[in-house]
Amino acid sequence: MLVFILRRLAQSAVVVMAMSVLVFAGIFAIGNPIDVLISPEADEFERAAAIARLGLDKPMHEQFIRFVDSALGGDLGTSFVHGVPALGLVLQRFPATLELALCAMLVAVVLGIPLGLWAGLKPDSLAGRVIMTGSILGFSLPTFWVGMMLIMAFAVTLGWLPAGGRGETASLFGVPWSFLTADGLTHLILPAVNLALFKLSLVIRLARAGTREVALQDYVKFARAKGLAPSRVVGVHILKNIMIPVVTVLGLELGSVIAFSVVTESVFAWPGMGKLLIDSILQLDRPVVIAYLLVTVLLFVVINLIVDLVYSLLDPRIRLGGGRA
Amino acid sequence: MTEPLLRVDGLKTHFLTRAGTVKAVDGVDLRLDRGEILGLVGESGSGKSVTGQSILGLVDPPGRVVGGRVLFRGEDLVGAGEKRLRAIRGRRIAMIFQDPMMTLNPVLSIGTQMVEAVQAHETVSRAEAWERSRRALARVGIASPDERLASYPHQFSGGMRQRVAIAIALLHSPDLIIADEPTTALDVTIQAQILFEVQKLCRETGTALIWVTHDLAVVSALADRVAVMYAGRVVETGTVAEIIGNPRHPYTRGLLESVPSRNRRGVPLRSIPGMTPSVLDLPEGCAFRPRCDRSTGACTAMPELMGDREDRAWRCWNPVGAEARGDAA
Ligand SMILES: Nc1ncnc2c1ncn2[C@@H]1O[C@H](COP(=O)(O)OP(=O)(O)OP(=O)(O)O)[C@@H](O)[C@H]1O
Ligand code: SF4
Ligand SMILES: [Mg+2]
Repeated sequence: MLVFILRRLAQSAVVVMAMSVLVFAGIFAIGNPIDVLISPEADEFERAAAIARLGLDKPMHEQFIRFVDSALGGDLGTSFVHGVPALGLVLQRFPATLELALCAMLVAVVLGIPLGLWAGLKPDSLAGRVIMTGSILGFSLPTFWVGMMLIMAFAVTLGWLPAGGRGETASLFGVPWSFLTADGLTHLILPAVNLALFKLSLVIRLARAGTREVALQDYVKFARAKGLAPSRVVGVHILKNIMIPVVTVLGLELGSVIAFSVVTESVFAWPGMGKLLIDSILQLDRPVVIAYLLVTVLLFVVINLIVDLVYSLLDPRIRLGGGRA
Repeated sequence: MTEPLLRVDGLKTHFLTRAGTVKAVDGVDLRLDRGEILGLVGESGSGKSVTGQSILGLVDPPGRVVGGRVLFRGEDLVGAGEKRLRAIRGRRIAMIFQDPMMTLNPVLSIGTQMVEAVQAHETVSRAEAWERSRRALARVGIASPDERLASYPHQFSGGMRQRVAIAIALLHSPDLIIADEPTTALDVTIQAQILFEVQKLCRETGTALIWVTHDLAVVSALADRVAVMYAGRVVETGTVAEIIGNPRHPYTRGLLESVPSRNRRGVPLRSIPGMTPSVLDLPEGCAFRPRCDRSTGACTAMPELMGDREDRAWRCWNPVGAEARGDAA
């Protein structure tokens, strides 16, 4: 197990390194950042001074080393717009995004697994077909459009839920969270549902496909032949087997939920990293964009690591090592 | 005759598929007394597994029992509700499946799978259920059962897994075990061991056994009586001695001639010509007609079960040996 973790950590380090090269190449090497960094009226002298200050006159590899060096020290530059360290700015917005993403995942799992199980156990029933049709819609409708429809329906027409923002927050570990207050929760519902829709459809499909396959296995018939109640056959024998692919895919998708929250955060004016990213791109605030990208990459890596660990816990064939007998 | 433990009357299980109705089991009759071992023999696709599963109501859709009765201790299981069936499954009638690699859930420990089987029928503590499972494993010859209970199926060999399945089947000392080719997937030596042990355990506990197989040699070593299936029906039934020594149905005779045997050394093995018919389009009348060298015009009508006793019967218009006896239909 320890070997497994160490190996995965080493792999992760390689991924992060490769990504920082890409980010560096994408942001620093393409185009000339100096045109955006200083005002167009600046004279030749000011321009040269700025170039020297930023180290842009140095060869490419030296620039890269400098970038990595300060990045390792947690310094990803200072936001042009806000005048504060870019990394701090991104991290400060991170809890809001994480909260939204986790709530969306929760919605996707809590609704998706039972619905997928049902559709898998009774594929020809009316309910089974309605569920599958719904999941096709969830896949194909664009997130921003659904988001706006949700606002139209529940915020504007019915007036049940607020249209945007985080609402009241309460502090936990020194970080403000919306889900701790009733008002915050009402603000959380619509964006979480909006962000969950795509993953919900995915979970339904995974759970349904898994259920259909597992339900035909001899061990399910054997479990029934032992006289077990259907709740135990479905809730333990089938569920535990379909959870393996669901957890794996979901874990990997958590990263993409965080990435996709860009759209939902913009529609619902949710003050997370995604909204910050869009704002920063519009304002050409490059250090913030870089900080966002690197933080997201790190997140992906950490999440994948956790998924691998959970996966190995779920499947004894992996946890206990040893090949298939 | 006293009421048997199990009596299957005209059991029909059909699969309603897109390609048509598959009459996998189409009128099966069986009877089994307490403690008796019945070999259910037939080619692949003859409906043996579906028969076994129909008895316990375990056929999955699109399959459905569409007719007949399964009288178990006088109670008809075909009409029984799911709840009643659940009380019988595993407790009164247990099942063992063909492929031990597939019968145990790969993500649950052996202990979990045994404890739940105990607790499905008895309200006992986990510790007590564990102890019962331990003893059951020891009984089927598994060493260090405590350690084994904590293991997962992938840590076991095929033979060990089948022993675990047998241990699970024996947990509640059922009246009947339906074993669906439990040794086909195993090595020959392990096959013989398991065969011997199951027989011993059934004799000890007075458990009746339906041993499904396509291997007549196995049946003759193990069973008291034999039922031969062909295309969804029992075509001949009798004691082992009767079936082996005096087969009446041409199909049974064909099966016997295709089994290598010590006392017929030197006689070339014969295989039955032709192929198992597709259950989707069976010939009219006797299903064996296209492959039968004794068929006559009469065979276009479905032969009834005929014979001297309820448990010695065959389904053939021109039974083997009829000439000598002069009792052809
Ligand atoms: N789910 C199903 N859908 C359609 N037909 C089925 C289904 N299950 C079984 N059958 C059909 O029922 C018939 C009998 O199958 P069964 O499994 O009982 O045969 P068997 O005698 O046990 O053969 P084997 O020795 O191969 O196990 C086969 O022709 C098969 O095609
Ligand atoms: S009924 Fe006719 S076709 Fe069928 S087995 Fe007997 S002789 Fe052959
Ligand atoms: Mg079979």
